[in-house]
Amino acid sequence: MKKIEAIIRMSKFEDVKAALAEIDVRFFTLHDVRGYGLQQGEKKIYRGTEYGTEFIERVQMDILTTTEKCPQIVDVILKSGATGSVGDGKIAIHSLDKVYRIRNADQNAEAI
Amino acid sequence: MTDTTLFTVNNLWILVAATLVFIMHLGFSTLEAGLVRRKNAVNIIFKNVMILAIGLVSYYIIGFSLMYPGESWNGLIGFSQIGLSLPAGESIGYADGNYTYWTDFIFQAMFAATCCTIVSGAVAERIKLNSFLVICLLFVSISYPITGMWKWGGGWLDQLGFYDFAGSTLVHSVGGWGALAVVYLLGPRLGKYSGKRINPIPGHNIPLAAVGVLLLWFGWFGFNGGSVLSADPDTVSLVFVNTALAGAAGAIGCYFCTGYLFKSNDLSMVLNGILGGLVGITAGADLMSPFESVIIGVIAGVIIPFSVVFFDRIKIDDPVGATSVHLVCGIWGTLAVGIFGSMAGVAQLGYQAIGIVSIGIATLIFIYAITYIVKMTMGLRVSEEIEIEGLDIKEHQIPAYHDLSPA
Repeated sequence: MKKIEAIIRMSKFEDVKAALAEIDVRFFTLHDVRGYGLQQGEKKIYRGTEYGTEFIERVQMDILTTTEKCPQIVDVILKSGATGSVGDGKIAIHSLDKVYRIRNADQNAEAI
Repeated sequence: MTDTTLFTVNNLWILVAATLVFIMHLGFSTLEAGLVRRKNAVNIIFKNVMILAIGLVSYYIIGFSLMYPGESWNGLIGFSQIGLSLPAGESIGYADGNYTYWTDFIFQAMFAATCCTIVSGAVAERIKLNSFLVICLLFVSISYPITGMWKWGGGWLDQLGFYDFAGSTLVHSVGGWGALAVVYLLGPRLGKYSGKRINPIPGHNIPLAAVGVLLLWFGWFGFNGGSVLSADPDTVSLVFVNTALAGAAGAIGCYFCTGYLFKSNDLSMVLNGILGGLVGITAGADLMSPFESVIIGVIAGVIIPFSVVFFDRIKIDDPVGATSVHLVCGIWGTLAVGIFGSMAGVAQLGYQAIGIVSIGIATLIFIYAITYIVKMTMGLRVSEEIEIEGLDIKEHQIPAYHDLSPA
């Protein structure tokens, strides 16, 4: 079992969601995250002073999947989430020991 | 004066005006709440509510009698009585059929607390609650009424010829001087200044701040309109027009100036610009032509961005711009009486300057002294831990928005 963490642009979220739905991936957890780094975020000026340009707003999707389906999902995200500009985001893959569904204690492939 | 109908109409207008001034406390509360961080929203509203309460009760006990003592020593200080008691048999004759004794009190009482709400915005997010309340109690019950008496209570400034129609100096710059003194002793918020850098600490609810300013503008029609102290149609209606135009012009002047200086359309600045225009017209709303009101408002609006940045550069941390709106524009509005309008003239300008300086020095000294004593005894600032965690949780044991996830 794998967990795919995909940090993508907020503006690409609808495209990624639609593309994932086409390969029957409809369930994930969403976080609002901020990236911190050298890339300039949106310029903010408050009462005459610039600030906060080192933060970038992004969305993180956590997708639980089987090891077999993982490459296909990654491929879909790479295609649908890219704009070609710096700041498109990252995908990280974790290996998982077990996944459970709480309602009925299904495990692994039955639980997603 | 025997016309009881006219008496009723006059009195009714002043009471309505008093209610409008009350609404300004709603305005202050929401404006200040919107411009602080979420973790301090309960604290700032608590302070505003308590100031209103303390202001009203203390003005009843001694403030009104210090401000309108009837007789005074050399026009400097006087005291008539503790509390209120209706002068024997006085009704229609109390103020020439313009208002009753009780109306006089309640209208003035609504003004009194505003000097402290001005301070509360400037000291937000780091002042100890009870220290602040002690300073306010002394401010509103002693300093504010004494300096106010110098003009409105028939004191020496009134005899000199100084003019302040609704309080650009007596209320607004007095509050501003107080804010300056306390902020100087209090120090800036943690992390606001690092070396030469200014780090913005944006407010958590800008729409709420905008609602606050519009409420203040709404109340200002009573603040200025009621200061005519009668329902005289010609004067009151002119004051309404001037008040509306000055606030509007303040927004416009600030909009252009902020856009030019910072290439940004900062709503918090434009909101300050509106208030700056309103403060600017407050000294002479009954003297100005509409055209002059627009000029005064535009100039106030242009002053605001410069003033806000100036105070930041000298490390006076003022989260809401109270020093710029009330102190700087209060001075501007007072001087404007000598430059524009029916009382303009070099001599008048001189009287205005004397009033500004004398009241400024008196207020600064008094507030600095009591704040210094409070700082040495009770302490002025919350601890670093409390300031970082947020005053709501630490001083009030409750978050402002209970259902939202933690910041």
